[in-house]
Parts: sequence; structure tokens; C-alpha cells
Amino acid sequence: MSFPVIKGAAYALIQASNMLLHQGTTQTSERRKNPTSEHLEKLSQHLRSFQEAVSYPPNQVYIGNMTPDDLKDIPRPWYQAPVSGASRVGKHGEIMPEDEFLGLMKIVDAFDLVVLEEEFQTGVKGKISAHPVLKNIKDLDKLSQNPGRLEEISRLVEERLAQPIYFNGKLVGCVKKAHEFDEALSDHVMFENLVGKASAVFALMLLFSRTELQPHEVEYIIECSEEACGDMNQRGGGNFAKAVGEICGCVNATGSDTRSFCAGPAHALVEAAALAQTGIYKNVVVLAGGASAKLGMNSKDHVKKGMPVLEDMLGAFAIHIGENDGISPVIRTDGIGRHKIGSGASPQAVMTAIVAEPLDKMGYKITDVDRYSPEMQNPEITVPAGAGDVPLANYKMIGALAVKRGELDKSDLMKAVAGFGMPGFAPTQGHIPSGVPFIGHACDMIREGKITRAMIVGKGSLFLGRLTNLFDGVSFIMEKNGGKEETSDFSKEEIRAMIAQAMKDFAKTLISNE
Amino acid sequence: MDLENQARIKELAEKYGKEDLVVVLGGAEAEASGLAAETVSTGDPTFAGPLSGVSLGLKAYHIFELKEEIDPEIYDEQISMMEMVLEVDEIINEVKTYRG
Amino acid sequence: MLQGKKVAILGDRDGIPGPAIEECVKSAGAEVVFSTTECFV
Repeated sequence: MSFPVIKGAAYALIQASNMLLHQGTTQTSERRKNPTSEHLEKLSQHLRSFQEAVSYPPNQVYIGNMTPDDLKDIPRPWYQAPVSGASRVGKHGEIMPEDEFLGLMKIVDAFDLVVLEEEFQTGVKGKISAHPVLKNIKDLDKLSQNPGRLEEISRLVEERLAQPIYFNGKLVGCVKKAHEFDEALSDHVMFENLVGKASAVFALMLLFSRTELQPHEVEYIIECSEEACGDMNQRGGGNFAKAVGEICGCVNATGSDTRSFCAGPAHALVEAAALAQTGIYKNVVVLAGGASAKLGMNSKDHVKKGMPVLEDMLGAFAIHIGENDGISPVIRTDGIGRHKIGSGASPQAVMTAIVAEPLDKMGYKITDVDRYSPEMQNPEITVPAGAGDVPLANYKMIGALAVKRGELDKSDLMKAVAGFGMPGFAPTQGHIPSGVPFIGHACDMIREGKITRAMIVGKGSLFLGRLTNLFDGVSFIMEKNGGKEETSDFSKEEIRAMIAQAMKDFAKTLISNE
Repeated sequence: MDLENQARIKELAEKYGKEDLVVVLGGAEAEASGLAAETVSTGDPTFAGPLSGVSLGLKAYHIFELKEEIDPEIYDEQISMMEMVLEVDEIINEVKTYRG
Repeated sequence: MLQGKKVAILGDRDGIPGPAIEECVKSAGAEVVFSTTECFV
């Protein structure tokens, strides 16, 4: 079987402190209930600067300048261990400051909903025009058009016709509602959707800059965030994927959106793998932007514990899946793990379904996998909030499963965890940490011969949608490419066609010789 | 503890009374589990939700504490693996301090 | 402790989820009157 491959991955982070204050749901909920709350008062003293966000070790890992293993050697708290000489530009991506991102939001806005104040707009236009990855982006000239006046922006915000856009604590723009009373097109929803679109656009542009893939070569895009776009008659109608591809010049692509909470990216990658393996589409990109709603989600606990508010990052990624090239790591489509409707909700039922069952199918033991990438949330964010160290808990569950299956001695559990585990380094942006942040690193490590295979695991809390109590999970193995053996796997039809062509050619030479 | 859940627990406590209603927790670590136990007993210490300053006097247990009462086969199937994953003693010690 | 009691379950996505606790407390003779699973991520 010729498996599809992962040809490249790109990652983006955007520091969005002002959005955290004004659009993060923890803050908007607090403001609604208790506008004079102590939390809101204290919060702004706990924000960090852009340089602090850039030099934060987990962020450097996310964009590929450091490896997850490097984090093991840095004692926590990581926010007190800045990486010296850290750059916003990374091997796998980039960290963008909020002002440039606000400019990008206006560039990707197709319905004149984003209004930026004139001076601010001129300033960010200069920055984006000089940005190595974005300087040629479609519709850059929107930043020369229709600037807003501050009085008008203030009026729209005060009359609740628009979401405010702040930078450095100053009102610099707004996102207007797209319909008089349709809640699906409210300023709040449009703000979130434009954040999702703009951040996914940035990730896709980074993918084109970091890999050989050209925009016109993309045939299909699967967007897998947790947002919904549509109007009141089709609230989740879509299609983020094509909207993103349009800005990035993917003229030959179509696309669609896939949803399953945090498990969305893993589902989307399996779909992309199937499309590439069957040859339906040669080049498929799976991507997702970030969620402004989740900014500062656990900030109350961070403030209470005297920490910086670390959930100030929007995350995004774009991953290229293609036909087997004999080089890039393959996706083992013969062993996809899935949490079935009948699997059950207990942690061991979930882990059995998504980790043990697919390994059994491929004839591997749990300990045959060099690295697991479950939900890679940064523990420095989740532990103070009471959710524990999520990747570590997942590693222990995988180890405990191996113990229960008799593949591992209980006394070796923590040793196994240290071997196949890694510290979490991704921001708590729902779908963003879910398995995918390690894919870029895994490609490097497989290419460098450091590991042979890794399992990517996505898990999703479907019960949050209040339609089912079910859990969700999907996994797949990425593995060193077997090279020629894998690609020399001709089908009978291909061989027949080759023989027929050879006979035709031979016949032609006979005719021309006559 | 989630604000919506605080409201639901308050409602249930009013309906069934503190003698009949027991809260069972599945928290991943000690502090958060203790916080939930405290919230349903003496009130929300973070003063964020409907149980701020409301002392329901409910007893809360972490599911790990109730092992003896549960069908062993079911416990094994549903919970036992997590005994290897979470800090069981730490969680139990924290939760029981709020039962008075 | 559980026999004949009404039980409200506060499960945790990254600890023990609600439905797993439901199965357990039912086996101990309790009636589940509320079950939820919290998610911090």
C-alpha cells in the first residue's frame, strides 16, 4: 500500500493581549456580571510584553526554534526563564504582534466590517508591506482604503453596533455587525470568525514560505477550527477553508470545514490522508486559526497566583498532506484509531479505542511507538487552573494501559512516560494543542533518524455542545518512509497501461521502419 | 467551579435537602477537587458564582473515596486505570477536609 | 454513603468524566439526579 505523506507543517502564534481583555469570554462574562470586579482591575497588570511572549520557551518550541525535548532541561516556571536572543521568526513559523494581526484582519475582511483608525492603519500597512511572508498578500491595498475616524468608531462601539479593537490600551478600530438583528452575523461572531480566518491565512502563508508547496498546487483545504460561520438560516454553513484559500492564492483548490471540538484536526488529517492516498486530490492542506474567545480563559487563576496571564496567544497551523514521495513521513492509514459511539466514556475505554486498538491492528505494542503527541497543552497554563498537567496525564494513561495489557511492568511506568512523553508547549486554544503541534517536530526527528514513529492523538469534549454526552478521539501513526519499496507499489492497472504503452511505441517503430 | 453548575447544585440542594443529596467529584487534581467540595459545602470561596456566601452544607466525595461501595467489576472498568494516573491520596486528603 | 441517595456528579474531562462516575454510583444503589463534565482546556 502506498501511504500518503506529511510533506510540511507551519505554525503561527499571535500575541493578542488587548483581545484577551476585551473579547476573551472569561473577561466578557465577568464584565457582564460584575463590571467592577477585582479580577478585571488586576488583570492588565499581569499582561506580558511582545518580547516576553517571543522569548517564552514554549512559544519558541511551537514555532520550531527549540524542540519539545529542549523544554525538559528548562526548570519551571518557564515564564521566568526567557530564551536569550529569541526571535519572532521560527524554523516552522512565526510569532506575530497584535497590531500587525489587526491589519491582517482588515486585509482578509471581504465585507468592510473591520474599521481601523487612519493613523493606526497607515502604521500597520507599513509593517505588513515589509513583512517577508505577507508583503505580497492579496488585498494588501485594503490598508490604504476607507480609514475610520475615531469618533465614528467610538460611536459604533458605544451603540453596540461593533466590537472594539484596542491596541496598547487605545481604541484603534472596530468590527461591525454584519446584519441588523441576525445573531449569527453579530459583531461578536464576526470578530471571532475574522480572527479565525486571519490567523489561518497567516499559517497558510507561512506554510508556503517554509516549504516547496505553491499556492496553485493546493487542490483541497480542510479547515478544522471550532468556529462556525453562516447566517441565521445556516449558522454553521461554512466555508472557512475556501475563504482562507482565496486570500492565499489557492486558485485550484476547493475545500470544506470539519468539526469535532479539539479532535477536529486529527479527523481532518485522516480525511486529508484518505484524499491524498486515493489520488482524489494530490495536495491537501489541513489548517485552523485561533480562538479569541479562549484568550485568558483561565486568567482568574493566573492572576490569583501572581503569574503572568499566559493565555495571550492565538494559535494557528497549516499541514500539507500529499501523495507518497518516498521521503516524507507516511501516515499509516491501515491503523487509524477512533473512539467509536459504542466505545464508552471511561478514560480507559477512550484510550483503548484510540491508542491500543489501532496498534493491535498494525501489530505494534504501546512501547513500540517512540513518541506520543496527545493534547500538548502547556502545563504552566493548566496546572494553576486545576486541570492538571494534561499531556503528562495522557502519557500516564497510555503507560497504565500498557501495564494493564501486560506490555509494561508497573514499576517501569514513569520510565516509559519519560521515554515516549514530552512537556506540553501549546497554548490552550482548544483544537490547536490537540496532537498537531508536534507534527513539524516529528517530521524533523524522523528525517534526522531520532525516532521512527509517533502517534498523533486528538481528543474532543463533544458534551460541551449539549447535544450528546459522548467523548471523541482520533489517532494516527506517522512513520519513517520506507522509501522505494513503498513507492514501487504499482497497481495491476498501471502495469497493464505501461505494457500497452510499450507495445504501442514498439508498433510505431515498426511502422516508421517500413 | 463552573457557574452554571453552581446554579444547578443550588437548585438540587433546595429540592432534595442536604441529607439526601451527595456530590461526587471526578477532578483531575487536589486543589480543584477541594475547591469544588468547599463550594458545595460552605460556599464559593472565589465569590464568582451563585454559591458565593451560600452554605449548602452538602457532603462531597471524590469517586476514588467511594471505591468500597462500587461494584468491583464496574470500578475496574471505569476508574481503576486513573488510579495509576492521578494523585489519589493527595486528592482524597484535600476533598475530605471540607466535610467537617 | 451512596445507597438510596440522590447524587450530583461533577466530572472532569481530564480526570474522571461524568458518565464513568454515573456507572459507578448506580452500581452502589444511588440515583443520579445531575451529571456533568467540566473542561478547562
